[in-house]
Parts: sequence; structure tokens; C-alpha cells
Amino acid sequence: MKSLEELRELRSKVQKDLEMRSNSERPKIIIGMGTCGIAAGARKILKAVMKEIDKRGLDVIVTQTGCIGMCEKEPLLDVKMPGKDRVTYGNLTPADVKMIIVEHVINGNVVEDLAIARFDEGGN
Amino acid sequence: MRELSLHILDIVQNSIAADADLIKLIIREDIAKNLLIIVIEDNGKGIESEDISRVVDPFVTSRKTREVGLGLSLFREASRRSKGDMKIESEPGKGTRITAYFEYNNIDRVPLGDIVGTIVALITTNPEIDFIYRHVYEGREFVFSTEEIKAELGDVSINEYPVLNWIEKNLNEELRDLYGGDL
Repeated sequence: MKSLEELRELRSKVQKDLEMRSNSERPKIIIGMGTCGIAAGARKILKAVMKEIDKRGLDVIVTQTGCIGMCEKEPLLDVKMPGKDRVTYGNLTPADVKMIIVEHVINGNVVEDLAIARFDEGGN
Repeated sequence: MRELSLHILDIVQNSIAADADLIKLIIREDIAKNLLIIVIEDNGKGIESEDISRVVDPFVTSRKTREVGLGLSLFREASRRSKGDMKIESEPGKGTRITAYFEYNNIDRVPLGDIVGTIVALITTNPEIDFIYRHVYEGREFVFSTEEIKAELGDVSINEYPVLNWIEKNLNEELRDLYGGDL
């Protein structure tokens, strides 16, 4: 492992950013990582999500789930905004990811053309 | 799967489903012996011995073994297509080790692909799990350990973006050095 000093510098920088971060609930993006999802391109979608979040400096939790039984619509991604329903998007390309992050995560509008399901999680 | 690194991403999902919190990946490229070996080892709940032969058969996968699914049979197929094979060793309560062998220069061997992308994807979505990734190429090797990084980070989470970017950059450099001189 090289350049651990660099990591130490990063640590203090991130710590400062964390202090500025509010304690409110964060938006969540969930990627379908079953065998079907991975074969359909889930890793590419995850990469696009991370690139977009990083570029825009967003505070979003990115996590994963297994196969949820909608394999024919893979790759899949769910967006869960605080206090709102969980929305599943399917048949995604990296370009769609950009649109979902701008429209849904930043502006709060569901991208109806790409959405394939909506779960009421009672705002949890 | 078009890349072995996608199979790896997939097989590690089994370890995650089996509640592992330490997952080891070893990639060994031995060109003199014309061999590529991939080992994925975890400390998860393991597989009962009577189920080991079943988990590679896509047609008998039941709800009970659903966390295993198709991934292992696809991985075994990939190894057999390139004159190799896959071995499963497991002990309930201790963990599971998957070893896949490939003929290195076989035309049907899929490329290793974006292994850095796989490692970063795993860390991003599973910050609480520790990963050790060891890569051996022609006798040279490097070891990457999230435990080591977490020790440096203290209370800062490993999946903060500046840290993930650092990991990506670092792994790319390590790989370049590993293959260095031969490419």
C-alpha cells in the first residue's frame, strides 16, 4: 500500500466536510446487484452514480440489494428520498443515471418515463 | 459475463449474503505455467456439505439456497470453457472458499477486465465489510487491505468520495506497477 500520507491528509479534509454536513436524513440510491443485475451492467450504473454524486458534491448514501425479481428490466436502481416513496428505475443506461440524479435527487421530481415501480415505505 | 471481474463481483455477493465480514480475493497470474487462478474466501456462515454439489446446479436451486443462485454455475462454466475448473470448500460456521482455475492463454478465457471497478463497487456499497485483495503476477505481488485503510481513517467512513477516489487511483497505480515492464 502506497501513499498512506496522502490518505491522512484526505482524512482531515473529509472530517471538515463532515462537520458541515447536516444531521438530516440523506437520500439513498440502491443498486440491484444480483447475478442478473451484474450481467446486465449494474457495475457500470454504479460507476455512473458515483461519478455524478462526486461531481455535484451531493450527500447521498449508495447501497446495494440482491435480485428483486425484475431481472428483465435490469439494470435497476432505486431512489429513496427522505419522507417519500421508494421509486424503482429500470432498463438503465449511464445517461439515464445523470437525468435521475438531476431530476429526482436534486429537484425532487420522479422521472416518470424511466420509473417502473413505486413502493410506499411510509416515509421511512 | 464478459469479464472475470464481473464474476468476482457476483460471487462476492454470495459471501455478503452469507453474512461474511471479511472477504479475501486472490488473483494469481502464472504465465510460465499458463495458469490463472482466482480465489474468493469468506468467513460467512458456510454451506452444508450435502448442499455443496447442489449450489452449482442452476436447476435445483430452491428458496433455501436462493442466495447462491446462478452465479457459481456461470463461474464454473467460464473456467471449464477455458480448460479449467472450479472448486468449492466450505465449513458451516467458518466460511467458504471458491477457487477457479483457467488456462491463461485459452482463447475462450474471458479477460480479467475492470478489477479496480469491482473492488471500488464492493467497498462503496459495503463499507462495513473488510476486503483483502492480493494480486500475484509473474512472482511480483501487491496486497490491498481495507483494514489498513480504515486504521488510517479512524472515524471517517471508507466510502466517502475523496477516499474512494484515492482507493481507485491507488489500485490503478499498484496494478500498473505489477504489470510494469511487461506491457
